[in-house]
Amino acid sequence: MDMTRIRPDEEVKKGFAARFHNWLYGAEDPVCGHVEMMPQKEFIEEENSILERQKEKEELRKHIYDTEHNREIRVFRVFYKVMSVIFCISLIGVLLVTVSNLPSVGTAERPVNNEVSARYIEKGIQETGAVNIVTGMILDYRAFDTFGESNVLFIATCTVLILLRLDGDSKQKEDAEANDRIYEPKNDIILQKIARILVPLIIIFGIYIILNGHLSPGGGFSGGAIIGAGLILYLNAFGFAKTERFFTEKTYKWICFCSLSFYCIAKSYSFFTGANHLESGIPLGTPGAILSSGLILPLNICVGLVVACTMYAFYALFRKGGF
Amino acid sequence: MAFVQNFPFFSIVLSMFAGTVSSVLPQKPAKYLNTAVICIVGTMSAVLLGFTLQTGESFTYMMGHFPAPWGNEIRAGVLEAAMALFFCIIMLLSLLGGRKKLLGEVEITKHNLYYILINLLLSSLLALIYTNDLFTAYVFVEINTISACGLIMIRENGRTIEAAVRYMIMSLLGSGLLLIGICMLYDLTGHLLMSNIREAVAQIVAEGTYSMPLLVTIALISVGLAIKSALFPFHSWLPDAYGYSTVSSAAILSSLVSKGYVFLLIKIFYRVIGFSIIRESKIIDVLFLFGLAGIIFGSLSAIKENDIRRMIAFSSVAQIGYIYMGIGLGTDVGMIASVFHIIAHAATKSLLFVAAIGLTDVSGGSRKFIDLTGAAYRNKVAGVAFTVGSLSMVGVPVFAGFISKFLFANAAVYNSGKMLPALVVLSISTILNAIYFMKTVIRIYTPAKTDYPCITWKQEKLYAVTMVLFMILNIILGMGSQPIVDLIQQGLSTFA
Repeated sequence: MDMTRIRPDEEVKKGFAARFHNWLYGAEDPVCGHVEMMPQKEFIEEENSILERQKEKEELRKHIYDTEHNREIRVFRVFYKVMSVIFCISLIGVLLVTVSNLPSVGTAERPVNNEVSARYIEKGIQETGAVNIVTGMILDYRAFDTFGESNVLFIATCTVLILLRLDGDSKQKEDAEANDRIYEPKNDIILQKIARILVPLIIIFGIYIILNGHLSPGGGFSGGAIIGAGLILYLNAFGFAKTERFFTEKTYKWICFCSLSFYCIAKSYSFFTGANHLESGIPLGTPGAILSSGLILPLNICVGLVVACTMYAFYALFRKGGF
Repeated sequence: MAFVQNFPFFSIVLSMFAGTVSSVLPQKPAKYLNTAVICIVGTMSAVLLGFTLQTGESFTYMMGHFPAPWGNEIRAGVLEAAMALFFCIIMLLSLLGGRKKLLGEVEITKHNLYYILINLLLSSLLALIYTNDLFTAYVFVEINTISACGLIMIRENGRTIEAAVRYMIMSLLGSGLLLIGICMLYDLTGHLLMSNIREAVAQIVAEGTYSMPLLVTIALISVGLAIKSALFPFHSWLPDAYGYSTVSSAAILSSLVSKGYVFLLIKIFYRVIGFSIIRESKIIDVLFLFGLAGIIFGSLSAIKENDIRRMIAFSSVAQIGYIYMGIGLGTDVGMIASVFHIIAHAATKSLLFVAAIGLTDVSGGSRKFIDLTGAAYRNKVAGVAFTVGSLSMVGVPVFAGFISKFLFANAAVYNSGKMLPALVVLSISTILNAIYFMKTVIRIYTPAKTDYPCITWKQEKLYAVTMVLFMILNIILGMGSQPIVDLIQQGLSTFA
């Protein structure tokens, strides 16, 4: 028995499915030539009119860019300046009036003196183990904000890398290298002698500030900036050839990666245990000792490393577009 | 506590960690990691959405060992989970659609940097959605700004650098105003946690003290976020930024970055200040007016434009105007319309950007209308997709844009004072939309004899699949809008 009705080939080819298949596979469009849409006629200009138009345009240009004699532009510029001054002054005025209406500084009744700051001050040492309350706040109470903040730094370096890092084109790199030689102080004896004394001091001071971040003013951000400054001084005195022996782009990448990963994993662990009301098992130690206050010390070290590398990387990138 | 409740935190940290890991990865693994992260975050958001729908209320999540006013806190509900899910879908589709173009426009050695930016952008969007702390919001606004800047300028040519500089200046101005606003709010209330600020603000309003600083604060925050989301008089950075950046960036910027700021503004209105106080402050009337002006001027600028990408960019100005108009109506119905339009516009605008790139690619890379003649025959998928996007933008039924226009009109009726201007502008702008979008559709379907090569879907399978998914998404939003509207309504009721 014949279950399927076999249609003649002709009919199939005219069918919707076949036409859709053809259309999908790039055959000439069925509407082409059937639909009443006229192709647009290209406007062909005569040579005379082109010349005329160019002339007109040039005259117009002269007129426009002749700012000395164009009254409208002069008026507009004056108007623009006056308006921007008025706008700025009124904005400053509004803000000043607002600030003078805010709760006055130094009184006990300010809304800012509430249970939030009270707990930071009273229980801060006991809960975070950090003698420096500010560090305890930014790296323990509000560590999520600080994690975001270190990512701001990280992403800022990424965008600078996009803009300034020279990739691929070796000619560009050579040019940058040559340019750098012009500006680089070559074997400046005075600078080298001073750097030899100062650089170790600066870097040790930076390390001190990072390691004591939970005990005294300072921490990862400030200490890292100091170490970065020391590295930049070293680079200026001895040149890229010397710094590249211990600090290349690879070093930078891996230091940043390791510190941010550690930060992320350590803090995630702490967030996760905190939110699920589990014991984190990280000892706080005795407040005041160097090995105390739980995660704050390692986090300070991570932040310090990222900041130091970022400072140095910015300098190197702006100077020759690479390390 | 259910394990699902960890998901908002997991999504934020996972995308941030992926950003860090991408910095040491070569191009391909970074790409796959990024895709995987977006998929995982999307799945988690979907599960979370199911969970929140089941419980019917939002929950807070402690970030660390200290409870809310002392430590950080995030909060998730129906609306947050739905937004996160939706942002993931749009981001994934935009990236897939622009993947081939990215190879040509961005140096191969800088691709992993691109994915770092994308991952961190995702994390910042998620954090803006979930945060319950005003200062955390500011930190992630910073990440959002810098990564958006990077996304614009990674295609290194003169115009994108200029656009990025312009974007940077305007956006930092917005951040600055927002920061001043947050500082003043902290000074007035002594809190950074959103719900605590709300209590303190209610007390301030009841006592009648500090009404002037409070008004200035609300104004500064609104203007700051309006600049960042390109509300009409502050939109000068937008056309170049969207028009010249690489296509995935343009799609993500227009559909997600600016929407993230609008979402933050809605959150501040509802959860930080309280919507009734906002309504009394008359700030929303200003937003309403600027929204109306934006709709008209954005559409007029789009009509004048001779460059298809810039035309779509100017259309964004008009669409942002719609969202602010909905907020400005000052009713919950208006807010639902705005939130739906955030979704509908994001789905449509990214579709249009990705479709436009398919059309310009088969026209010798030119974006001038004269060269686009007949482009839809040369790249059929892109042609159909562009038509779908255009119809949706104009507001033809079946597509997403119709529902949002319908909701706006419906919301306008509930506000007697603002009904007339809203309806008039809505109808004018529909005509204006039709003028420039239909003009483009007719142009790309006008037959022309050219030497440009044709592209079939077999040659660009990924692109074709993406376009089809985009169209399906648009039609789902258009046809099955009722559950989504219900979802938004439920989300907004537990949002404050």
